[in-house]
Amino acid sequence: MNNQFKLDGITVPFSAGETIMDAALAAGIYIPHLCHNPEFKPHGSCRLCTVNANGRTVAACTTPASEGMEVENATHELTTQRRLLLKLLFVEGNHVCPACEKSGACQLQAVAYHCGMLAPEFVHFYPKRAVDASHPEMIIDFNRCILCELCVRASRDSDNKNVFSISGRGIQAHLAINSTSGKLADSSFTSSDKAARVCPVGAILPKHKGYNIPIGQRLYDQAPISQVGDVAKHQELADE
Amino acid sequence: MVHDELQQSKLSMPDSENGAPFSVLQQLIGLQQEYHYVPRHEIDRLAVSSGVSESHIIGLIEFYGFLHTTPRGEYDILFSDNITEQMQGSHLLADLLSKGLGVAIGTTREDRRVSLDYTSCIGMGDQGPAALINGQTITRLTTNRIGQIIQLIEASTPLSQWPKTLFEVESRAERRDIVLNSEYQPAAAIEACLKKGPAAIFSQLEQAGLRGCGGAGFSTAAKWRFCASAAAEERFVVCNADEGEPGTFKDRFLLQSHAERLIEGMTLCAAAIGARTGFIYLRGEYRYLLDSLQRVLDQRRKERLLGNAILAHDDFNFDITIHLGAGAYICGEESALIESLEGKRGIPRPRPPFPVTEGYSGFPTVVNNVETFCNAALIIQQGPEWYRQVGTTASPGTKLLSISGDCDRPGIYEFPFGTAIAEILSQCGAHQTMAVQVGGAAGRLIPETEFNRTIAFEDISTGGSFMIFNQNRELLRVIENFTQFFRHESCGFCTPCRVGSSLLVKQLNKVMVGHATTKDLEEMSILGSLMQKTSHCGLGQTAANPILDGLGKFPKLFQSRLRATSFEPAFDLDASLEEARLLTGRDDPEAHLEGGGV
Repeated sequence: MNNQFKLDGITVPFSAGETIMDAALAAGIYIPHLCHNPEFKPHGSCRLCTVNANGRTVAACTTPASEGMEVENATHELTTQRRLLLKLLFVEGNHVCPACEKSGACQLQAVAYHCGMLAPEFVHFYPKRAVDASHPEMIIDFNRCILCELCVRASRDSDNKNVFSISGRGIQAHLAINSTSGKLADSSFTSSDKAARVCPVGAILPKHKGYNIPIGQRLYDQAPISQVGDVAKHQELADE
Repeated sequence: MVHDELQQSKLSMPDSENGAPFSVLQQLIGLQQEYHYVPRHEIDRLAVSSGVSESHIIGLIEFYGFLHTTPRGEYDILFSDNITEQMQGSHLLADLLSKGLGVAIGTTREDRRVSLDYTSCIGMGDQGPAALINGQTITRLTTNRIGQIIQLIEASTPLSQWPKTLFEVESRAERRDIVLNSEYQPAAAIEACLKKGPAAIFSQLEQAGLRGCGGAGFSTAAKWRFCASAAAEERFVVCNADEGEPGTFKDRFLLQSHAERLIEGMTLCAAAIGARTGFIYLRGEYRYLLDSLQRVLDQRRKERLLGNAILAHDDFNFDITIHLGAGAYICGEESALIESLEGKRGIPRPRPPFPVTEGYSGFPTVVNNVETFCNAALIIQQGPEWYRQVGTTASPGTKLLSISGDCDRPGIYEFPFGTAIAEILSQCGAHQTMAVQVGGAAGRLIPETEFNRTIAFEDISTGGSFMIFNQNRELLRVIENFTQFFRHESCGFCTPCRVGSSLLVKQLNKVMVGHATTKDLEEMSILGSLMQKTSHCGLGQTAANPILDGLGKFPKLFQSRLRATSFEPAFDLDASLEEARLLTGRDDPEAHLEGGGV
């Protein structure tokens, strides 16, 4: 802990090789993010953690911290940018919070509240996406997928299964399942996989149980995401 | 394990029959050629032989524009859809072909004889309108040529028996300067390196001030030095010949007419950094160059300028493999290119680490543009002072430009850095020019008031694309073409580019049809700025340039199309009722909303 940098004026220590995000998490400072989970290799695709580091806009999750660096995080400009990025994610998929089992424990929703997003602003894309309910234990609702690739990484790096991958290009990019039929039931996926517990939104959910915790008593109903952090972490604790 | 992967990839060279993961993309390109699509049984076979999953393989096919999971026609025709070709009537010609063959654009004829579609710029801006037929380039399309093509296809004439004139790609320079006027002396640069050592080479390149010619302008000496000094057992040399920037074709010229210089430059780099393996990543659109490039490589192997014991130096072994691209602009980004070389989807990697420390297969890798390698070879042959005799202090030497659009003499031009736009316009015979797009779709739109500005890294930097638009052109169409291009080519990895590039197309369309208001223009500019600031790579960071430049430099283009109201809904309420009217069979005044329902 010999190195340090400034994050919104606060001195944050870091060790060699740590990213801005690593150091911020360790110091208990919240930088909004969706595709980052400290258990997996940083990805840098959602861009929500974009910060200004020495005047350059960079993703906090993939940028190494350096001695004396001046990082801006919770500024008006950056929060406005994040709100806009969130609006893009909301119009790209089909996110219907009132009808979603994950509501109240959804990171997309919670970060949107954190950043003060009130309305979608842009025209909704309303993509036609299927729901895969073939698996006996789990369901995948592609409408809610935000392409964070956490399930891809968890299945590959933690479960050693490679159940998920990304296919397509540009706005056609989508989550794909590695099985002959393309269905989850025909893959080696099980509900005890790490990949079953990392989805920050309501795209991968367990079957046969719903609304166990009533709306109003869920994770982010009780405290904002800036205080309680990622839903996956709490999921993990609840499972144990 | 990195080293295992390396072992496998080495086995895959030069032919890729052993099933290593790195060779999957090259094998898919072969299958697409053979079957006109990639059949399911081949996907399954490839999955088994390569050890990668079926979904990974389908992921590749769905990523690369030239690969398909459903059958294409025996004659698969793709019209180049760059704006300069549209200005030459490419859409009319495509329509003519579509009618003549009875196949709608974007579809395959029922008898599977022919498919017809558009593709991003194929690098023939000086001899368009152009198209690809089964990957082969057809240039200078005219109504006559379209008629000829219809007959050939209906008669099922094999492509190999089509008149050779259709496939002629001219390769000449309209203007030459110090680089193109110099005689290339085989092996001069390699010999210099073997004699004087790498440090002398780096220092000469530094003195010459050579900077990356792909557009970014990073110091070549610094790049090579970084790579050479990174601790590793292997190093790689990669030539970026994925010239995908709309309106660029100068690398095509170098690959066709000066391939020896390129190979010399790559071999020089290998000698200087200590590499045994090199790759040329050749864009799929330039497949017609594959045979001639292979011949140059073979010839140099015979002359002991490539392969084992180069120039009788027992410890200098270096060879080059050509990899084909498959229709993805993003692979011109160096880390996406490396991913593609490794047989993956072309998604740019996070930086750092940079390729010079962790590149191909995790090893230090130099990725340079075709022109950079060619210039490096000549600088070592001629000396740094020779290169510095022209250009500016910050941008020594010359730049090859690909000039297309509204001018009398489109083509390849070599100009010293520091040449003014006005001078370039006068030399290529441009009249009544309204604007120039310098640097391709990702570049900048330069209005007449700025024609005194110069081509230089310190002023307007460019990879070489130079598209001219005269005063009769509708610039909004140009902006629309580029914006659609980026939507099509976004890799989809990061939020701002993936979603933003689609939204920009929607917003711009609202302007084009006269439905936009001031608020829409503000929204476009906010969105554009978000993409510039937060995108993962250069594609997303520049995708909004055409719109932002248009709004900044030609605001009237947009404003003249605005509605007077301050807000306009994104949809037309009356038009949305059309389906209901059709279903109910009504078309009376009562079934319509006045003024579009606003």
